[in-house]
Formats: sequence, structure tokens, C-alpha cells
Amino acid sequence: MPVIEVDHLHKRYRDQVAVHDVSFSVEEGEIFGVLGRNGAGKTTTVECIEGLRSPDGGSISVLGLDPGRDRAALRRVLGIQLQASELPEKLRVGEALELYASFYPSPLDPGELLERWGLAAKRDTAFGNLSGGQKQRLSIALALVGNPQVAILDELTTGLDPQARRDAWESIEQIRRGGVTVVLVTHFMEEAERLCDRIAVIDAGRVIAIDTPAGLVAGLSDGQRLRFRPSVPFEDAVLTQLPEVASVQRNGPQVEVRGGGDLLTAVTSTLARHQVVAIDLRLEQPTLDDAFVALTGRSTEN
Amino acid sequence: MTETTTATPTPTPQHRAPRPLRALALAETRLFLRDPMTLLIAVVLPTVVLAALGAVPALREPSEMFGGLRFTDYFAPSLLAINIAVLGLQNLPTGLATYREKGILRRLSASPMHPAAVLVVQLLINVVTVVIGTALMLVVAVYVLDVPAPRHPVAFALTFLLGTSAVFALGLVIAAVTPRARLATGIGAVAFMLTQFFAGVYLPKFLLPEALVRIGEFVPPGVGAFQAAWMGDGPAPVHLVVMAVIAVAATTVAARFFRWE
Repeated sequence: MPVIEVDHLHKRYRDQVAVHDVSFSVEEGEIFGVLGRNGAGKTTTVECIEGLRSPDGGSISVLGLDPGRDRAALRRVLGIQLQASELPEKLRVGEALELYASFYPSPLDPGELLERWGLAAKRDTAFGNLSGGQKQRLSIALALVGNPQVAILDELTTGLDPQARRDAWESIEQIRRGGVTVVLVTHFMEEAERLCDRIAVIDAGRVIAIDTPAGLVAGLSDGQRLRFRPSVPFEDAVLTQLPEVASVQRNGPQVEVRGGGDLLTAVTSTLARHQVVAIDLRLEQPTLDDAFVALTGRSTEN
Repeated sequence: MTETTTATPTPTPQHRAPRPLRALALAETRLFLRDPMTLLIAVVLPTVVLAALGAVPALREPSEMFGGLRFTDYFAPSLLAINIAVLGLQNLPTGLATYREKGILRRLSASPMHPAAVLVVQLLINVVTVVIGTALMLVVAVYVLDVPAPRHPVAFALTFLLGTSAVFALGLVIAAVTPRARLATGIGAVAFMLTQFFAGVYLPKFLLPEALVRIGEFVPPGVGAFQAAWMGDGPAPVHLVVMAVIAVAATTVAARFFRWE
């Protein structure tokens, strides 16, 4: 049974539709990515899952609970990291974690969380004196202090420097190893590609694809590029008849083959059968970003 | 439902946490105590002003201008308005509006703790501080400056209760209708100055036109009633009723318009 089920979610603010029609389900123990550019409806979608907003249509179930009706029960099993929320300026890091730990029936040890998130030295530092990255890490630690079954993290690495971002990714994988199902809202391709088991790509309030990162990339019919110099001349048709190949181009002695699927094996074995050796063979794998652009027509950087 | 319970991961070493509401009250009290300016103005200032005035010999002589009272006796009830209004119209609404603007209320609503709890806790902290500040001033006035003890203690307590409630309810309205903390601070400051003016803190009441003094008796916290309960023949019921009506009406408006985000 899926941990989260979203079925035809619809949400509008006054006359503006934020989420048209979003459906997906999240399985236990996976890291599920919600990927889209800013304003695509990602945050509205997860806020409906969290019960912070009430949907105008469709249904949502989280661990068998209805976020609208079973708000109190849901709060105890859900860890939420909000995109923009602060703490009182003068509240200290250790106090904040102790405070939030007290809200939950069986919290984690705040001291261990401080260690894990690299905040132990900042225990007595006021929130107002933390750097952006430290605030972000505290916010993640607060989302986890309740020992949740599901953690929903919204743009968790925004504001972190590259090293801190990698550390955060490491920790998310650690959370998953602890048995927590993670929903990760992001517009960073690298993050989604590195962390997520499956990704829902959301664009203009609709889900336009759900797949593994590799699946999304493989779905590109001409995403891969193979470049080589043939040892002997050959006819383009030798390659263009292959189902994996989308196009063949020649630039002087160079051949560039575009295609999808297992392009490398298909091309090299076919060439071998025609006694052609591919010299200086290079394969350019498409990235998730290429897949995203192909799906939505634009990149996340607007 | 049963399936979700079986899906619960075996708990990792558990942490014994204090009770949620107590922890919240403790944290908020700590934060309140970390703001020494508020404490200074709200608790100590009125008492210091009264003591300073009491140190001037001329102000310790009874005068016809003050209805046969000494200036300290005459002015003490006005000073009570300072701490009530600083806490009710400035500290409370600014604090709540800041919590809303910074998403602190929203963060709470994402946890099992309802954000209303923090509102109640802040309200209580400010009320307790008003009580402490008022008690401090009464003690210093009566035991150090020889100001007579309130002649109608029960009526005085009732006046204090209703006047403070009216001011705090107005503070909640400010917190409810201002989208930004800065605006809450601004409106709170204007409201504070109005209450102080009508309470005769800026200009003692014998310098104010009679009409303003009469109006001032209906401006929370209702210093006229404080004066009557302390030195005079007891507060006029109409003044108390008006404070009660303001308290109830303003609380209703605040509850109607308050937004958590």
C-alpha cells in the first residue's frame, strides 16, 4: 500500500489555478521527488498533502489519513520542512530542538540530531546569529525531531553552499536508510538525479511525467549522442535503420549519431558486423536537465 | 489504519521530552526575559518615574490644584497606564505580528502544536508582567512614597481587570489586522501614545481641557476609574461597563480577523 496517494488534486487561489490536476503515489521507504520550476505548483501540492491547505478537488491520503480530517493524527507522523519559515531571533538552537521534540509522542534525541546535522557547536547560538546554511540545517533537524514516518522537505538545499548541499544529500540518504519515506520538492536537477528513486515532473499545475531519473532520461528518443571516426567508410542507412537511432550526421571525418535506448551497444555491434571500427568513440549521456527541457520545453532556470 | 500502525518503524532510542505546553511556556518566557528593554519600560519605568517625582519636595505637598492631594498621589494612577499599554499595545501585537510574518506560527501549525497555544502563552506572559509591574508600583507608592493604599481595593482590582482586558483586546485587534510586523509596531505606537495622552501621562490632567479629561475616562485602560477607585469615591459603573464592552467587542473582532499566516 502506498504511503501517500494523491488523486486528481486541484487547488486554486481566488481565480488563479495553482494546481490543475496532480496524481501520484509514493511508496514506503522511497525518496520521491517533486520536480518543477518555480511557480509550477510543487509547494501548493505538498502543502495540501501536509494539510496546511485544503484542496478544491481530488483526494489525498497519507498513511491512510485524510490531511484535512485527521490533521492532529497526521501531524504526529509527518515531518515537515517549510520553504520559508523562521524561528524567534533569540531562540537558541538547542532550545528550538528541545521545544519541538516536546510536541511529539516519541521524538528523537535532540543531541544526536544536532550532531548528525553538524550543529552541536551551535547548540547555544541564537537563531538570529546562524548563517543561512545553519538555519537550513536546523530547519531539517526540526522536521525530523518528531521521528516521522514520512518527511516532506521543500527546497531543502536552497541557500546551502555546494559542500553543505552535498552533506545534506548524504543525510537525506541516511534518513531513508532509517526507514523514513521522503518527499523532496526541488527545482535542482542535480539534486533530483542524485537522490530520488522516482520523480514526478510538474509543469503548470499538472504532472507531465512520473518515472525514475534514469527512466526519464531514457525516455528521450534522441537524448544520447555518439561521436566517432569510422575506420572505413559506411552507408548512413546501416545505422538509421536501427530502432535506437534517431539521426546520423557527418562533420568531415566525424560521425554523430543521436538516439535513445541502448544506443551504444546497438551502434557498435552493427558497425562491427560491417567491419567498421569506431575510433575515438565518445558517448554523451543526456542529463535529467535534458529530459526536463524536452518534457516542459524550458529549463528550470526559467 | 491498522496497516499504518504496523508500518511504524521501531523507535530509535527515545528522548524524554517535557510536556508540550509547559515547554512552550518555558521557551516563550525565556525569550521574553531576553528582551531587557521591554522589561525595563514595562515593569520598572512607571515606578521609577513616580519615585523620581516623589523625590521633589514641592510635589509631596497637598495642593488645591490636585483636589487637595499631593502631586504624587494625583499622578500615580495615570502612570499605571504606561505598563498596561506598553505590553498590551506594543509588545503583544508586535510579537504576534512578527511571529506571523516570519512564518513561526506557520511552522508551529506544521507540528502537533496548534499556533493558538503560542498566542495564549504570549497573552499570559504579558498579562502576568502587567500584574507584576502594577504591583511593584503600588508597593513602592504605598510603602515608600506614602501614597494612600487604594480606598476601594475590590473596585480597584475590577478596574484593573477590565481596563487591562480592554487594552489587550485592542492589542489583539492590531495583531489581527496588520499584515506586517512593522505596521503593527507603528499602529501600536500611535495607540500607545493616545492612551498615554488621555491617561494624563504626558500632560497631567489638571492641564488638559475638561472635555479631553471626560473623553479620557472612556479611553482604555480608563484612568478616571483607577483614580476614583484609588483616591476617590469609587469608579463610576458606566466607565467599567464601557471597558468591558470594548474588551468583548475588540476580542470578537480580533478572533474574526486573525490569520495564522
